[in-house]
Amino acid sequence: MLDKLNEIQATALSALKEVQDKAALQAWKQEYTGGNSELTGVFKGIGKVAKEERGKVGKRANEVKVALMAALDEHSEAIKTAELARSLEEDHLDVTLPGRPFRHGGIHPATQTLRRILTILGDMGFQVYTSREVESDAYNFEHLNFPPGHPAREMQDSFYIEGTDTAQLMRTHTSPGQIRAMREYAASNPENPPPIRISLPGMCYRSEQITARSEIQFNQVEGLAVGENITFSDLKGTLNDFARRMFGQDARTRFRAQHFPFTEPSAEMDVECFLCGGEGCNVCKKSGWLEILGCGMVHPNVLTAGGYDPSRYTGFAFGMGPERQAMLRHNIKDIRYFWGNDSRFLEQF
Amino acid sequence: MKIPVSWIKDYVNINISIEKLASMLTLAGLEVEEIRYVGWEMPKYEDGESHEFKTYGLEWDREKLVVAEISEVKAHPNADKLVLCDLFDGKEHWTALTGAPNLLPYKGKGKLEQPLKVAYAKKDSVLYDGHKDGQVLMKLKCAKVRGIESCSMVCSEKELGISDDHEGIIILDDDAQTGMPLADYMGDAVLSIDILPNNARNVNVLGVAREIAALTNQPLKRIDKKPYTTSGDPIASKVEIEIANPELNPRFVLGLIRDVEIKPSPYIVQRRLRLAGIRPINNLVDATNYAMFEIGEPLHAFDYDVLVERAKGASTGSATVKISTRNAEKGEMLTTLDNIERKLQESNVLVCDEAGSLSMAGVMGGLESEVTDKTKNVLLEGAAWQFINIRRTANHHNLPSEASYRFSRGVHPSLSEDGVKRGLYWMQKWANGKIAPDLVDNYPLPPTDPTVRVTEADVKKLLGIELSAAEISKLLTKLEFSTQVEGTSVTAITPPFRLDIGEGLVGKADLIEEIARIYGYDKIPETRLSDQLPPQRGNPSHDWAEGAKNLLATLGLQEAVNYRMTSPEAQERLGLQGEFVKVANPNSPEKSVLRRSLMGSVLENIEANARVRETLAFFEIGPVFVPKKNDLPDEPHKLAIAMTGRRQPPAWDSTATEKIDFYDMKGVADAFLAGLQLKNIAYAPADSSLMPGAAFHPGKSAQVSVNDVVVGAFGEIHPIAAEKFAFGDAPVLAAEFDVASLRKAQPDFEIEPVPAFPPMLEDIAIIVDEDLPAEKVDFLIRQTGGKMLADARLFDVYRSEQLGEGKKSLAYALTYQAPDRTLTDKEAAKIRNKIVKRLEREVGAELRG
Ligand SMILES: [Zn+2]
Repeated sequence: MLDKLNEIQATALSALKEVQDKAALQAWKQEYTGGNSELTGVFKGIGKVAKEERGKVGKRANEVKVALMAALDEHSEAIKTAELARSLEEDHLDVTLPGRPFRHGGIHPATQTLRRILTILGDMGFQVYTSREVESDAYNFEHLNFPPGHPAREMQDSFYIEGTDTAQLMRTHTSPGQIRAMREYAASNPENPPPIRISLPGMCYRSEQITARSEIQFNQVEGLAVGENITFSDLKGTLNDFARRMFGQDARTRFRAQHFPFTEPSAEMDVECFLCGGEGCNVCKKSGWLEILGCGMVHPNVLTAGGYDPSRYTGFAFGMGPERQAMLRHNIKDIRYFWGNDSRFLEQF
Repeated sequence: MKIPVSWIKDYVNINISIEKLASMLTLAGLEVEEIRYVGWEMPKYEDGESHEFKTYGLEWDREKLVVAEISEVKAHPNADKLVLCDLFDGKEHWTALTGAPNLLPYKGKGKLEQPLKVAYAKKDSVLYDGHKDGQVLMKLKCAKVRGIESCSMVCSEKELGISDDHEGIIILDDDAQTGMPLADYMGDAVLSIDILPNNARNVNVLGVAREIAALTNQPLKRIDKKPYTTSGDPIASKVEIEIANPELNPRFVLGLIRDVEIKPSPYIVQRRLRLAGIRPINNLVDATNYAMFEIGEPLHAFDYDVLVERAKGASTGSATVKISTRNAEKGEMLTTLDNIERKLQESNVLVCDEAGSLSMAGVMGGLESEVTDKTKNVLLEGAAWQFINIRRTANHHNLPSEASYRFSRGVHPSLSEDGVKRGLYWMQKWANGKIAPDLVDNYPLPPTDPTVRVTEADVKKLLGIELSAAEISKLLTKLEFSTQVEGTSVTAITPPFRLDIGEGLVGKADLIEEIARIYGYDKIPETRLSDQLPPQRGNPSHDWAEGAKNLLATLGLQEAVNYRMTSPEAQERLGLQGEFVKVANPNSPEKSVLRRSLMGSVLENIEANARVRETLAFFEIGPVFVPKKNDLPDEPHKLAIAMTGRRQPPAWDSTATEKIDFYDMKGVADAFLAGLQLKNIAYAPADSSLMPGAAFHPGKSAQVSVNDVVVGAFGEIHPIAAEKFAFGDAPVLAAEFDVASLRKAQPDFEIEPVPAFPPMLEDIAIIVDEDLPAEKVDFLIRQTGGKMLADARLFDVYRSEQLGEGKKSLAYALTYQAPDRTLTDKEAAKIRNKIVKRLEREVGAELRG
């Protein structure tokens, strides 16, 4: 009987060596350890074994079973490892096929540029102030010190509204908001109006021929700081800080004298052309500089119109065009792209 | 304005490079747009070196291009139209071959009494090719022409890059020194300067020279005030001036010069005028232009004899020329010197005599009284005009001229006299005329030149720099202000050539700008704001809109920004009724009103992109405009969405082709409103009597309310409306919300704790009537389930023959959940039974097997 058990073990183990996959392994398990196996037969027939041999045979049978099970586990692990290796070897995709598209939305490039600008200004304490788009002549021009007969007040430059008692027009700049803000702030304490530091974003309108370079509608961001201790050197410092964050810490600027009705002294801030590094290219018209924003100290008449006494308060203001900045940054050659809302344009942002 | 630097040098020494000069002018507000070199040495830039200006032009080689003299002009043996010139360049004698027609008169005259000074180019000179269009560089080589070899030439203006004139060679003035490098004798650089509105005083050589003198600390060379001799009868007895409206014409000055000899101006004058962009005509016309360019007063020359004839023919028959200025009469006509008969406006001001109108004041002369090459005696006008009126007149008649360019920016009346004197001076010099003593000067309205006081503290307060009163005074004196220092304050009188300085506080700001300009904007330091921080108000409505944009973008929608201007027709496609805010002067009929429907804007985006993309989803947040009687229009902000196309983006292995429909739109609305943390949301069929309800399919649209307030509506576009758009095949869904209503509805919210115990999940299906809105079932389930029912999600709507006609099955996945324990099957069953009973009772539902 013991010999038989030895033979069962030897046969089973050598058969196991031939087993290559999980199915064969299952069959082997059935054949050598299942209910109908010889080994099970031995256990079943143990009662018929002579009494003195019974203990030895039983022990040996158990040993064989344990050995077979251990061998099975070991071999099963080996097959799993081999199968995994084979499947990793065989199972691979064409990674160059396109991914399944995922619908995603986007923010308009004009908004994106506005946000960049407003974030920088916000970090410097300029809070967003928004106001209406159809304005009275008084807010758009008169309070902003446009002298009567100023070319900007003539019909051909502004869109006027039909059939109104007093002149209404599509605002030509966000500056009417400066007056509205100053009056609002001043109303809170007319004797001692509080200081102001605001940014004024929004859509503006000029009557022009729509071409690749000019639009009848454009965003503007203005800044306004009013207080009892605000100077032209603060204006330079603030705008240089702005330029360094907007165009890079190496950005070089220059301030040259300009003329605006609502500021005095006035200046234009140019940034060294970041497309050619100042060498001169078509974008900067060979000058090496890009006109980025107009600025100046708030005109005494404008402070007065806003309810701030110009003998006590000073302020600075500046204004820039986000679309122009986006055009420079992203090499957009045609300003009409902005309000055309062509998916092929918008998808690129 | 184009100014040759050689001309500026008549008034100020320039001891810095042209580029440095241009840079200083630019920073001071006289922006140099480009520099054109005409002979002078051009700047050389290393690779990568910054250029500050656009520079171009031709540099003349100092060795190869020199002044030479022609002593004899000989015939060419083989060609009638060519001549051979005996020529001396200061060192050597040469023979130069040329076909210049202006040398033909000298041909065969033997040795010339007075040698002709010419611009001479030796072999290998680099020049522009005179025979090619435009400016094409060439190197001068030896060539045989009709058997005679020539290696050099006498130059035309075109070859030297002065103008495009190649009719003849340049004949220089006699003062040219033979052998001198041409670049030294008449080289130049031309600055193109953009003149700002407050810089009108500088639209002339003297003005720019004054700025340069101030900026570079050089003295300004002044014009001699009494430069000429007078003779004959004084003008006073010959001419009278009457001014009808001094507001429009504050001053009018006339001078008289007799017996002028009309001929070409000296070459240097012609060259300067050409470089400045003015065509030389003859010495009289050139004198008026030259004087205008020098000091900024546009002059007008009348043929005096024509005026005398007109006076004699007039009613009084007197030989006294009676000049008057007045507004044009209704329907009055004038033939201007360009030979065009123009219909005048009543606002146009005319210069007249007794016989009628002579010229359009400050804009253009009339044809009849213009000087001609037969003119003997000249009456020279210098006047002051109101700049707004001149600008309007010039714009109306579309007559931009050198005169109207200056007058429409404002010319100080004191220059009327200076201008006439300068013009007479040049006429006498170039045309040998006899100037009549005195001027006739009618000056009814002299301006006051403001006196402004500015203190050290004022400068510090506005600019942030410390300047002493003495320094302030010095800076202002450079610009010819008369100043007086008293302690820390400076009193400055505005010089009588500028109109841009105001009074009082305004004048103070004007003066401080001048101080800053001449001090140098670049020298003012950079500081950070040190004023106290203002009250922090923020801008919740702006923040809300930006947050909503982000939310919609994450939901797969693309932001659009559209024109506010549109046409009524475009908007009325949506069934929109009512008044628009109308643009009085639209650019085109397509942009003649302000939009009243934002949904209309985004639907136009769907339309415009229909051929570009199959699936589209746009949103916009912005104002619409609603007219208001006797007031500015209302500008409520709206939020609009439009979508169309496939639910699933197409992929290479996907077969899903379902189109976006009402429920996709509702899904976006749900997610958006959930993103805004809004609660108590209810949907009901859209009210088709309201905008935007009218735009929607009546059966496939809903209005949304939050806390029982309607905030917007959405749905499929009405088939009739959709037909009016060029949409694609798929249905188009759209929504419009009112931003203020959404903002008002936004609550604070508190979160639910994350459940600590596992939920119990169960599906139930009920059969109800087809007409029963799902929302009703949903509401009953949730209300009945109470707190223990954490969620009820509709996952299937099913219809079949078995269910029977007019029935549908709704299947819900229910989630039971208690905050403090795991619910038992029994507890869950109890809730379920309650729900089912209530559905049976209230909506006749039947639990499905
Ligand atoms: Zn560039």
